[in-house]
Amino acid sequence: MFKTFPQGGIHPPDNKLTVDKPIVVLPLPSQVTVPVSQHIGAPATPVVEKGEAVMTGQIIARAKGFVSANIHSPVSGKVNKIELVTDTTGYKQMAVMIDVEGDEWIETIDRTVTFVKEVAMTREQIIERCQLCGLAGMGGATFPTHIKLTVPAGKKCDLVIINGVECEPYLTSDHRLMLEKGPEVLTGTTIIMKALGVEKAIIGIEANKPDAINHLTVLSKDFKGVTVQPLKVKYPQGGEKQLIKACTGLEVPSGGLPLDVGVVVQNVGTAFAVYEAVQKNKPLIERVVTVTGKSVSNPGNFLVRIGTPVTRLIEAAGGMPDDTGKVVNGGPMMGKALAMTDVPVTKGTSGIILFPAEEAQRSEVMPCIRCGKCSSACAMGLEPYLLAAASERSMWEKAEKEKITDCMECGACSYTCPAKRPLLDYIRLGKTTVMRLARERITK
Amino acid sequence: MSSTVLLTVIMLSVLGLFSAVILYFVAQKFRIIEDPRIDLVTEALPGVNCGGCGYSGCRALAEAIVSSTSFEGLYCPVGGAETMGKVAIILDRQPVAVEPKVAVLRCQGSPDNCVRTSFYDGATNCRVAHALYGGTTGCHYGCLGCGDCVIACKFDAMYMDPVTQLPVIIDEKCVSCGACVKACPRNLIELRKRNKKDRKIYVSCLNKDKGGPARKACKVACIGCGKCVKICPYDAITMVDNLAFIDSYKCKLCRKCAPECPTAAILEINFPVKEDKPAEPAEAVAN
Amino acid sequence: MNNILNVSPSPHQQSPETTRKLMYGVVIALLPALAASIYYFGVGAIIVTLTSVLSCVAVEYVVSKYILKVKPSISDGSAIVTGLLLAFNVPSNLPVHVIVIGAIIAIGVAKMTFGGLGNNPFNPALVGRVFLLISFPVQMTSWPVPSGFKTGYTDAVTGATPLGLLSEGVRNGETVSAIMEKVPSHMQMFYGYMGGSMGEVAAAALIIGGIYLLWKKIITWHIPVSILLTVTVFTGILWLANPVKFADPLFHLLTGGLMLGAIFMATDYVTSPMTHKGMIIYGIGIGVITVLIRNWGAYPEGVSFAILIMNAVVPLLNMYIKPRRFGKEVKNG
Repeated sequence: MFKTFPQGGIHPPDNKLTVDKPIVVLPLPSQVTVPVSQHIGAPATPVVEKGEAVMTGQIIARAKGFVSANIHSPVSGKVNKIELVTDTTGYKQMAVMIDVEGDEWIETIDRTVTFVKEVAMTREQIIERCQLCGLAGMGGATFPTHIKLTVPAGKKCDLVIINGVECEPYLTSDHRLMLEKGPEVLTGTTIIMKALGVEKAIIGIEANKPDAINHLTVLSKDFKGVTVQPLKVKYPQGGEKQLIKACTGLEVPSGGLPLDVGVVVQNVGTAFAVYEAVQKNKPLIERVVTVTGKSVSNPGNFLVRIGTPVTRLIEAAGGMPDDTGKVVNGGPMMGKALAMTDVPVTKGTSGIILFPAEEAQRSEVMPCIRCGKCSSACAMGLEPYLLAAASERSMWEKAEKEKITDCMECGACSYTCPAKRPLLDYIRLGKTTVMRLARERITK
Repeated sequence: MSSTVLLTVIMLSVLGLFSAVILYFVAQKFRIIEDPRIDLVTEALPGVNCGGCGYSGCRALAEAIVSSTSFEGLYCPVGGAETMGKVAIILDRQPVAVEPKVAVLRCQGSPDNCVRTSFYDGATNCRVAHALYGGTTGCHYGCLGCGDCVIACKFDAMYMDPVTQLPVIIDEKCVSCGACVKACPRNLIELRKRNKKDRKIYVSCLNKDKGGPARKACKVACIGCGKCVKICPYDAITMVDNLAFIDSYKCKLCRKCAPECPTAAILEINFPVKEDKPAEPAEAVAN
Repeated sequence: MNNILNVSPSPHQQSPETTRKLMYGVVIALLPALAASIYYFGVGAIIVTLTSVLSCVAVEYVVSKYILKVKPSISDGSAIVTGLLLAFNVPSNLPVHVIVIGAIIAIGVAKMTFGGLGNNPFNPALVGRVFLLISFPVQMTSWPVPSGFKTGYTDAVTGATPLGLLSEGVRNGETVSAIMEKVPSHMQMFYGYMGGSMGEVAAAALIIGGIYLLWKKIITWHIPVSILLTVTVFTGILWLANPVKFADPLFHLLTGGLMLGAIFMATDYVTSPMTHKGMIIYGIGIGVITVLIRNWGAYPEGVSFAILIMNAVVPLLNMYIKPRRFGKEVKNG
């Protein structure tokens, strides 16, 4: 009845505080900061200048090379400056800062809300439209969508899986999107199917979203080839390898991609963005962000323009609580902690969580008691205690032999460890070092 | 009873003799002919196996020294000139004089000087912290304070000062083996020429940001103003990427540069206090 | 609004389980067996348990603070667990000085010399027990007869354990059925009305503790089930082959330290394998060695030795038995 992945997994408390909050459109800020790199691949090159007037939806940075994405202005106004700013990763990068004036959209975008079901474009036109509209994976990975929808020579795709799992605690943006924009999401799914040339799509949804499962199951009757698969609530069900395993039983080989087993996985938010791009010619300029936390007075799901400062989002949620110790961009298991809130929302920002200080503080580290719970929790069948110990002692060959590069950094091991050891910190160090050494070996 | 004892003694003696004969032949057959001087040189070396010479242990260095004809590139920083002199006598070779060095930390980013803008409680390991993010201050070049260098030091020459959250190097114990230099992911520790009375003058900063952001992040950062470069009579100071560097081999310890520095980024260690100038930037004295 | 934010990396949540909670969970699981031992052995049980726990904690504290010069870690509860388990492995009339020596060996030698919690290859309580057995063979093999609070402490009336009767009887050539007349009935043994070390007598109490451990997910079923199943199968085969010489499986399950060993000693995290497959092999090994020692070895009881021998094999099991890696085939590039 409820499928799941067989190995590993943990059950952190759901804390879906905003599950009943409908999506609210956030009013426009006075200034937006749009980074030119919100995707995997080369940063885009700005095509506007200081002082230039721009309209909502106008392209302001062009993709550089194939693995890159276009950036569009989320507002109308004047370009204030183009300079280095600190973004959500904590590092500085180039961004276009625009002073907002009104909200004038370019005429080519269809701003009506009428639902358009028929997909008139051909396969190639769909992919081109996704590339023009600057679509990137909205689950957080931000991989350029047009590349994912292009099946390379020699590979075959027979199935599309839409990731509506949202396994991270606290986050509900995908859930609300499925409830409120169900037909659009399903049309986006069929568009993705057409682009990849497949007849079958599965929408995976965790069982803690029964309303979304029912809603989409009913709607999917009108969409040929699309089925809804309820999944057992277990973190990290939303990881694409675990999702593919649960829905189809296929295992993506180590070091491989989902296309190696004939599957392409896309996030629900991306499917919605594909609908807006193909049917309404609307580039990716806004997204739903969950703002939540146990002390937050008005948590909710907000539709916000890219480039809005996170400070504005926190204000809309009732302001930063006094006991805030950590502000996380993303979910509690894989998100990144922000050093300051004066950073912009990007295409991959799925949520902002404000943790009270006592919850945010890590517990004292105790010696490893060799209980093996980390290994039982690992969905990739690894041994985190061994990988962390090898990384700590700089034993890189051992780490590589024990497949440290398979780690998807989901954090289940660190969460589970009763001795509160910072396993993932060391494993990340090991992964980056091992990959660097492997690259050096190839170039030698 | 006595026959048992006699039998035991005879059997054990035969066994012992048998084993001795076998061991003798095996030792002869599988003997490795080695230059006997390698053993003598290894004896003379400190035997710490710290890797400061660049070889994997004292014996490896001994093999390298014996198989080469001179002392080029072969120097034990731990034993220093005394040990190399002994090795030179064993091999009847001319020793090479190498200037002794000492490790120096190029950062003064204590919480007083460099305001903490965020707070980190992840794994206490500099390599991990460096790989994960820029740091808890506005300066992304400074010391992370997790003590990888202190752990790396095999000579007990380093400890972490809990107040400044910076590592302290004990000059008398430092043998300039370079382990701390390798351990620091930000290359904050430098091996500089050791002077008389352990006197040092150096730029205690590695911040390559422009003056404004550097100064905003840390009170004692090098802002790249270049005043020290202009005043140095021996051309020992160079400025690259908004950061000054004093070459310890050109520097004559004349002390003209330190008072010029507007942010007191240049430290003068182990000098007598100057009496003639009343307004002086604070002089740091090493432990 | 002027908060300094914490920037440590993901995950930003940690599970509420801690080492201390796990250790105290084991202590709670041992309480039924403690109650049973006090019920059967009276004041001796109380004295032995208290002495053992206090000396184990004291040894750990002294060694940490004055010899290793690190912050003492007694608050994590592992010394208390070792103290309880050591107490449960000895007879209730053991003199105080012997128990203290046992604690010094168990914590001081078997745990702290290897580096403290998490680093010991052998189960500390069992090392303590075996050391005492070999050094004080008389005191360690005089088993008080259970008579509640009338049992007394060092002046307790002693008698043989069922396993002792079995091994001596078989050596003298008696048939098993004759020996079975002399030992308590299976039902009595299940509830613990027999001679033996303090914690091992009451199988019922130990099983209750075991269920608690499983419910709280402190242990998994793999080790206890594989040990008990192996013993059942092995002794079953022997009994079916020759019921005159070999006792029935139920007898073996209920006597000696098998229940205590299978549920509490072999499942010690530090000295047991990390993977479930490894745990099953470990359990089978313990079961086989126990039955071998019980039937053919010089000692009537073999569980302690079996567990210690398998502890030595655990690093090998950890090295060669790995969990199933996801996506086993390797892609090039």
